[in-house]
Amino acid sequence: MKVWHFSELAYHPGWEELGPQLRNVIPSRVCDPKVAADLYHRYLDEWALCDELGINIMTNEHHTTATCIDSVVTIPMAILARETKKVRLLCLGMPIGNRMDAVRVAEEYSMLDVISRGRIEMGFVKGAPFEVTPANSNPATLVERFWEAHDLILKAMTTHDGPFNWEGQYFQYRQVNVWPRPYQQPHPPVWLTVNSPDSAFVGGQKGYVIGVLNSGYNRTPGIFEAYRKGAAESGRQAGTDRFAYMAMVGVGRTREEGYRRADQILDYSRTSRRVAAQFAFPPGYQSVSATAQALKSPGYGTGVAMRNMQLRNGKEVDVFKATVDEFIDAGICFAGTPDDVYAQAKAFYDHVGGFGHLLMMGQGGHITHADTVDNLTMFSKEVLPRLAELS
Amino acid sequence: METLDVGGTPVEVQTMGSGPPLVYLHSEQFVARTAPFLEALAARFRVISARMPGFGATTLPADIRTVDDLAYLHLDLLHKLDLKQPTVVGASFGGWVALEMAVRNTARIGRLALIGAVGVKLSGREERDFADIFYLSDAEAFPVLFADPEKWAPKYAALPVTEVEQLARERQALAYYAWKPYLHNPGLRRWLHRVDVPTLVLWGDKDRFASPDYGLQLASRLPNAEFKIVSRAGHYPQIEQVPATVEAISSFAGR
Repeated sequence: MKVWHFSELAYHPGWEELGPQLRNVIPSRVCDPKVAADLYHRYLDEWALCDELGINIMTNEHHTTATCIDSVVTIPMAILARETKKVRLLCLGMPIGNRMDAVRVAEEYSMLDVISRGRIEMGFVKGAPFEVTPANSNPATLVERFWEAHDLILKAMTTHDGPFNWEGQYFQYRQVNVWPRPYQQPHPPVWLTVNSPDSAFVGGQKGYVIGVLNSGYNRTPGIFEAYRKGAAESGRQAGTDRFAYMAMVGVGRTREEGYRRADQILDYSRTSRRVAAQFAFPPGYQSVSATAQALKSPGYGTGVAMRNMQLRNGKEVDVFKATVDEFIDAGICFAGTPDDVYAQAKAFYDHVGGFGHLLMMGQGGHITHADTVDNLTMFSKEVLPRLAELS
Repeated sequence: METLDVGGTPVEVQTMGSGPPLVYLHSEQFVARTAPFLEALAARFRVISARMPGFGATTLPADIRTVDDLAYLHLDLLHKLDLKQPTVVGASFGGWVALEMAVRNTARIGRLALIGAVGVKLSGREERDFADIFYLSDAEAFPVLFADPEKWAPKYAALPVTEVEQLARERQALAYYAWKPYLHNPGLRRWLHRVDVPTLVLWGDKDRFASPDYGLQLASRLPNAEFKIVSRAGHYPQIEQVPATVEAISSFAGR
């Protein structure tokens, strides 16, 4: 198994002042640029440390939010492409259905791949529902636009005979001709994020790596199984290297220390839900039946939607109040001593039929820099070698 | 309700009543709640109401994508039904479609009645003519849309799933056609002089989605339009004030 350290670069100093909403509507006067600068440098230092620890690096992007001030996924990667030398660099990812200029995406990824000497892993994501408003991207046509962008970006990265023409439904260019071409041939590995069996099936048909986030103990096996079916339908057997699972990870010398770190990182899970219903359910992003179900759910439109998390016995708990043990039970978090963390990860691995990548959120929420460094360091020494032997 | 083939596109059409023809183009939301309005109109007109692709049961064809497409589709529908000089009534989004039809060709349009029509950009680039219902919570949106939200706003928990699904489908279709630019065609204002048929612009006095002042400005830009207020109505007078709205349209159409 490969491990990737992921952080959303939270602007946690603003959380309390901002109140129930942390996305879409929040005024940027709450963001102190001097504090943000210190945070960026701190988080980049933690990623740079991963190069020494042998933990790969993952970045993402969100917009108009204090949960994540990484608003351009390729900017930290550009810094890390130069600052690191060994580990692989995963952007998971680029919301290509929300980016109006797909060729620019091909240029950014190609340039990153060359600077990093071929260490880029290229994520294409649909983006969370609340991302369509900042991008002003039509949610009712997002999937179509996503796949047209995907086709165009790959063609742009793999065409080396001069300009080609593209007159599609969503993108029109007269001369596509990307310089430089990518370092990895024909192009960096492609990853998708998926959150449902339907999208996992498509990922399986295409053979890409799927990153599965926050799907927990009960939903993940069905998503992985759909991927395997999609792969089988295309005549391939899906190896474990096609599956990535994200978990918050808190390691400590004692179980208490590991739990305390996890609890602080889990503020990611608690705050990422602080979004109003109209942004969580933009029209056409989810299916008609899923939208209707949301509209009928108690509390819709009264504040924060989607607060529930399912434990493995099916019981729903409120993430705002859930304990570390409940997050562990739900498969969202691995925490405790190195032995605890390994045992929980291994049990989850067996439960879902194996996965080749752990997307480890080793930093999140209010955890301090010193605790993050120790968390990552302990993990790399005492958990990583054992996980590396899996798959 | 029957499904007609209009130039290869399936269109759900309902025909009721008898009398001179009246074509109704529905609003973006709460389509089912206009049934009492259509029934009242059917006492005086032969009412033909079409469900636009994406808003109803038929599959949305891949080649119907814009309000331009809807305008041509409904001009084709008038032709297919061989309607001569019907009164075309368009509410809100349907009013936009009706305007797009009229700037193209009024040969088969006798009169035009616009109820809280959207589609024309009148304000500056940092203002909006229409409230952003995709940005507002329901608690904020319903008082914008209805004069009496307590009475008319949907209470999802109490509605059957099929009705809530229909509401979700309508919002999806609205986004599909009108997400960006939001509820308008930047070029439409330039061509409003082509709406050369008698036009009634009806507006709810409590419309906070598109203000009565916007309606008045729109009417003033149409060559042959009269402006009329419906009292105690928000953006959907055809739902909140059925008799007054029917009366205004009937009197305009000489019935």
